[in-house]
Formats: sequence, structure tokens, C-alpha cells
Amino acid sequence: MTDAESLGWWGVPIAVLGGALRGGTPFLLVSAGECLTEKSGKTNLGLEGVLLIGAMTAYAVSVNTGNPWAGLLAAGMAGMVLGFIHAVLAQQPKVNDIAAGIAMIIFGSGLAFFFGKAYIQPVAEQLPGIEFGWWSSHPAIRSALRICPLFFFGVAVVFLMQWFFESTRWGLFVRAVGDKPDAARAMGISVWGVRTCSIMAGSFLAGLAGAYLSLYYPGSWTEKISGGQGMIAVALVIFARWNPVGCLWASLLFGGAQALGPALQSVGISSYYYLFNASPYILTLLVMVLTCTNKKQLAGQPGALGASS
Amino acid sequence: MRSDTRHSTPPELELVKVTKRFGSFTANEDVSFKVEPGTFHALLGENGAGKSTIVKCIMGYHAADDGDIIVAGASRDIRSPYDACKLGIGMVYQHFTVVPAMTVAENLILARPDLPLFINWKKEYSRLREFLETAPFQVPLEAQISELAAGQKQKVEILKQLYLNSQILILDEPTSVLTPQEADEVLGMMRRMVDDKKLSVLIITHKFREVTTYCDEITILRKGKLAGAGKVKDLTTSEMASMMMGEQRKGKTIQKAELKPGATVLELRDVRANRDNGIEGVCGVSLSVRAGEIVGIAGISGNGQRELVEVLDGQRPATGGEVRVAGEPFHMTRAEISKHQIYVLPEEPLRNACAPLMSVAENIALRTFDRPPLAIAGTLLSDSRVRANGRQWIERFNVKTPGPDAAIGTLSGGNVQRAVLARELGPGTAKALVAANPCFGLDFAAVDFIHSQLLAARNNGVAVLLVCEDLDELLALSDRVVVMNGGKLVYEAPVAEANIREIGERMAG
Repeated sequence: MTDAESLGWWGVPIAVLGGALRGGTPFLLVSAGECLTEKSGKTNLGLEGVLLIGAMTAYAVSVNTGNPWAGLLAAGMAGMVLGFIHAVLAQQPKVNDIAAGIAMIIFGSGLAFFFGKAYIQPVAEQLPGIEFGWWSSHPAIRSALRICPLFFFGVAVVFLMQWFFESTRWGLFVRAVGDKPDAARAMGISVWGVRTCSIMAGSFLAGLAGAYLSLYYPGSWTEKISGGQGMIAVALVIFARWNPVGCLWASLLFGGAQALGPALQSVGISSYYYLFNASPYILTLLVMVLTCTNKKQLAGQPGALGASS
Repeated sequence: MRSDTRHSTPPELELVKVTKRFGSFTANEDVSFKVEPGTFHALLGENGAGKSTIVKCIMGYHAADDGDIIVAGASRDIRSPYDACKLGIGMVYQHFTVVPAMTVAENLILARPDLPLFINWKKEYSRLREFLETAPFQVPLEAQISELAAGQKQKVEILKQLYLNSQILILDEPTSVLTPQEADEVLGMMRRMVDDKKLSVLIITHKFREVTTYCDEITILRKGKLAGAGKVKDLTTSEMASMMMGEQRKGKTIQKAELKPGATVLELRDVRANRDNGIEGVCGVSLSVRAGEIVGIAGISGNGQRELVEVLDGQRPATGGEVRVAGEPFHMTRAEISKHQIYVLPEEPLRNACAPLMSVAENIALRTFDRPPLAIAGTLLSDSRVRANGRQWIERFNVKTPGPDAAIGTLSGGNVQRAVLARELGPGTAKALVAANPCFGLDFAAVDFIHSQLLAARNNGVAVLLVCEDLDELLALSDRVVVMNGGKLVYEAPVAEANIREIGERMAG
């Protein structure tokens, strides 16, 4: 008997809620990082590679030190190193940031697989979860409400980022650089510096997301662990209209939709299993179609995004 | 206003034998002039005379190869606009340097060198409002720049410098997007600040009226060198012009032929359209333009003219009403444009009428490349024919380009406008032409050329709808003038009977 069955049909929304919190967290961290990067006018597709490097580094450090928090920090740092490489590459004259990003995906994943081979077998100390379901006797509710502190960290990050863009000097610099680099230069802002910092900070967050994957959920190191989440995060940012808090809702929606297929299967609906597993993608397409009209411009898109130089 | 930190009179700015080379090209050679404290100084010269380069040296964009820039009695090494700002020098650029995705308030704040790490918006807003009370014109602080019209953006640029408390203000053609009333208001206000010895102004302009009305001294550049200088009151405009051009050159002016306007070509019936933000910007415009007449639409920028032109060139969907050409409904499709021969000269032609990375020849052929005679048998594209066609129009319209294969985005503004004009009017088959601010930012020679082309088109029976923010220009060219305000037409008169004061009042609302 599975958890969901004991609750009957109530198991489905609870599993979806759990999935939103659990599966949404890496999306949240990566899309927040990508949001910051894109606000500065550059795209970092390489976050997929950062995710893998982060997952591998976190797992390896946790295995070796026995401290998952050290692993988490190491993952963020590893992400920043990769981010720095991307920042240097993507800001060369006549280099397209999408192409540089794809190169970084290949580089990051290759590096992660190479160093990660030795860590597929050993078991690493995992990040703790906080039990918010202690009041319930239902294992399904308890498991859905077991939340990693990184989720709260991510939520704090997006609200802070919103405030950062609106009410801090560097936030205004990032937006100015992303929207009109020439204007930023005219004000003596270093476009290179602002973009490099944004890309590195964004990659730090993506590195943390990688640690979450290998040290919390699903909680092991395999080569398929990222499953394209770094790429999906890029779409989520567009979906969220470059608004950090929007990234939170988009990530939760995506995480929840991901849990729909398994949840329905557990209450006995196993036909169309793969179709339900595709629901996040279908949902994204639907919301995109419904929210885009040709009459409104794509509000929030940084003006310099996709422009060369 | 933050007038506390700096001494009250502006510092003296002097250039001594400044030379700037780009590779083998000498942009400025031995240029010397002095902007005395509290004076209004004009910098004159044709496009390409090196005016922009010299002010960019002052602002620290370029390092001068030779010579000294002396501010307040000491030679300064200005390496960036930030250094210039610290010396109290600020500049309003020809191209906007405001950030479109930000609000007016954010843009003003962003320019501050002492911008705090964390911004207390409540405090900043009250400071900004306090500053705006002393400012010569008002701009809504919460408005996003991308929703503002060119004229309003220019005001934000000037406000930004005043907010920074710049004491030497360099203005690069600041009034080209303003109405005469706005220009007088802005320059008059600057003049008063100069008279109060709060400000020195160095203005780059093409308009003699502004020089004679507002300036104390002029410096004239020609081909990168000093071509003349003096006090405005000692010089006549023709003396200034001859120093600028090198020799007495006479503009070729085509007289307006006396024509009886023909049949109605272009007819607008209750046309409506929304702005980018979804609010109605064109609120029911009805207007007809007959063959052989120029109908001029006057108005302060941001009153729906841009949206109206975009409806007519097919860039913006109309939300109501209809456009008819020669009695038939017109939906701006390529087939209809070709059938009725309706052409457009939009503002910012590089953005609205060109593919910047494509060659000059390809841009000239944009309307005809897939039709005979340019396309082989009407289907196959022919590079050589496109190039030959381009070469012909480049020569006829005197487009200065390295060649027909150069990307059109690399050309100067005046030459882009000439290339577009060649495409739209060159073949001589146009029945109607819609032109929006066709002379914005161009020098005398180019303006003269475009005026004569527009008048020649009108004399040949083309129906011309001219949208223009320069009222003098509009009145000189038009046969009939209408005023647009708040998305509606509020005044109409034949130009001979037009009352300038009433036009100004209607423009202002």
C-alpha cells in the first residue's frame, strides 16, 4: 500500500503540493540565478553544466568530509568558477552567449562525469529536511511537508532579488547594463564587471541547486541527475517575465506538475502515465500561449538580451 | 537641489590645441577655444566636422592625442564621463542615454555618482519632487522611459544633468526633437541660468535661430579644424554659414509650384490605435490628403503622431476606423502598397525602414527585389541587378557609402535617410508619401536635399502627409496644416491662413 492510497483521492493534491516544494526547489534556485544573469543582458545556458558540476562536487565533498553543508558551499563555489569561465567567454567580441553556453554545458557535464565516476557507489551524508508534518499521522502528509532549508533560502533569495533590483545601487546597475549597455557606460558603470558578477552569482545559485539534487532530492549522484533542469530554468525565466518572484511561482507550478504523473499512478490511474509526466511541458506551453499576445510587448525583457557585444 | 557642494560660479573650460586621431584619420587638429564662466557658447559645423569628437574628448570618452583640456585653471586628465562629472561637466547626448526599462525617477537616481548602496525611495522621491519644483519642465516621475516620446526623453536627459548639478553643460543638438515652444522654453531657461552665472553651456546646433537668440559666442569647426570663432553679436548668420561651409554655398530651393490639388488619394476615417501600453493613443483621426498637396501634422511629440504613422506604415494594428486609398480600403499589405504606390519615410529610418545588417543596395531594393526588372523572370533573385540598381540610386541621391555592399547600419544618419528616400521616391511612381520627422538630426545640406525632394514630389502630384515636430519646417513645406493633440486633430487650416499663435495654443492643449 502506497502513501497516497491510504488517503484516497486526497493523495493527489498532497503529492502535487509535496512535489511542488520538493521538485520545485532546484528550479527555483536555477531560475533565480538565470534571472539575475539575464537581467544583466546575457544568457547562461551553461547552468545545465553548472548543475551537474554542483551535484558532483557536493556529493564528493560530502562523502569525503561527512559534512553535507561543506558540500553545499563547495558546489556553489564550483558553480562560480564555471560561471566565471562563461562570463569571460560570453563577453568576447563576436562571441554569441548561446553558443558559449552550449559549450559550457558540454564542458561542465564532461568534467562532472570524469571526476564523478568514483562517487557513484559511495553513500554521502544528506542535507537535513525540516519536518512540518509532525502534526499528522499520515505518512503521505508527513513526507510532503518535509521541506529542505534550501527551499526557504530560495524563497528568501527571490524576494531579496526583487528588492535588490528595485532599491539598491547595484540592482539598478544590473538593470541598466542589461537594458542599455551604452547608457550604463555613459554613466561610468563597468558593463564587463557588472555582467561578470551577475553571471557568477547566478552560477553560484545553480551550483546550490546541483547540491540539492545530489544531497537531498533525489539524493544520489548519477550522470542523469540534472535531467535538463538547467535548460528548463531558462524557459521559466521567460515565463516569469524576468521577475524574480515570478520565478518562484513558475518553479512551484513546474515542480507540482512534475509530481502529477506519479501521484495519479499511485491512486491507480496508470494509463497515460507518460502523458501525465509530460504535463509540466504541456502546462508551460499552455500558459505561454495564454499569456502572450501580439498586442503587448514582452514586458520585462532586458533590452540588450541576445544582442552581440 | 544639491547646490551645496560646489562653488557658485561655473569653472572656466579651455581647450588648447587638442588633436585627436583615429589611426590615419585626423578627427580634430589643433582645436582651441574657451568657454568663459557663465556664457552660452555654440559649437557649429557640418556633420562630420568633428564636433562630436571634440566634446567626447572633453567628456573623457576619447583621450586627446595632443593638447590640453583646462578646467578651472588646471590641465585635467579626463579619462571617463565620471571624471568629467566630478569636474562639474555634464553632457546631453544626441542619442538617448536613458534606460528604457526604467522609470524617470530611477533614471535620475541612477545618474548620481553618490548613489547610496540602498535606496530609500520615499526620501528620494521627496527629493526629486523638490528638485522638479525648481526645474523648467515637468516629467512624470513614475512613467517608464519606453512609454515616453522623444521630446519627453530629451527633457529627462536635460533634467538628469540639472539634477546632477552640472555647471558646464554640453548639449548635442538638444532641440531637434522639441517643438519651437518647447525649445524656447528649454533654451530660455538655460539662458536664465547662464545669466544668473549658475551654468555655462556649450551647445552643438544646426539652427542659426538658436545661435542668434541664445548664444554669446561661437566656435566653428570645419573638417576637424578651427574655422572661425567670435562673439555672436559681431557676426551675421551668412558669415557664420560661410565659415562653416568653407565657401558661400547656396541651397538649391525648389519653389512651391502653384497647383490645384487633385483628387483625394489618402483618406483616414476615424482611425484609432493603442499605444504600447494598451491605452488609446490615436483617438479617431479623420483626414484626407489630395494629390499635389502636403498636409502637415503639427503637435508636441507624444500626442499620437508616432502611433498614427505606425498604423499607416503597417507596424501597428488599428483598433478602429479605416484607411482608404483612391477610394479603396487599404490594409498595408505588400500587394496593396505596390498597387497603390503608397510610400513611407518613417522616423528613425535605420530602425523602422531598414535591415541594418543588409547592404545599402539590398535595402534600396527591399520593395522591388522580387519583381521584374530586378528579379530574373519575376522569380529568381539577382544580386548583380540589385547591386546595379543600388549603385544607380546611390549616385542619383548622392548617398555617401563605401559602396553598394556596405551594411546600411554603418552609414551616417543623413545618408541612411538619403538611401531610404531613394527607395521610396526614386522610382517616381509614388502616389502618396507619409513622412515622419524626415530631417531629425541632419545637417543643413541633408535637410535642404530632403526638403527639395519632398517639394519635388508634391509638385509631381504626390499626396504627402508630413508629420513633423519642427514647426518652422512644417509651415515652410505644408499646404495645409493640422494640429494633433491628445490623439485627436484639433485644428486645421490652409497654411496661408494659419495663425501661428493659435497653432501653438492648440499644440499645448
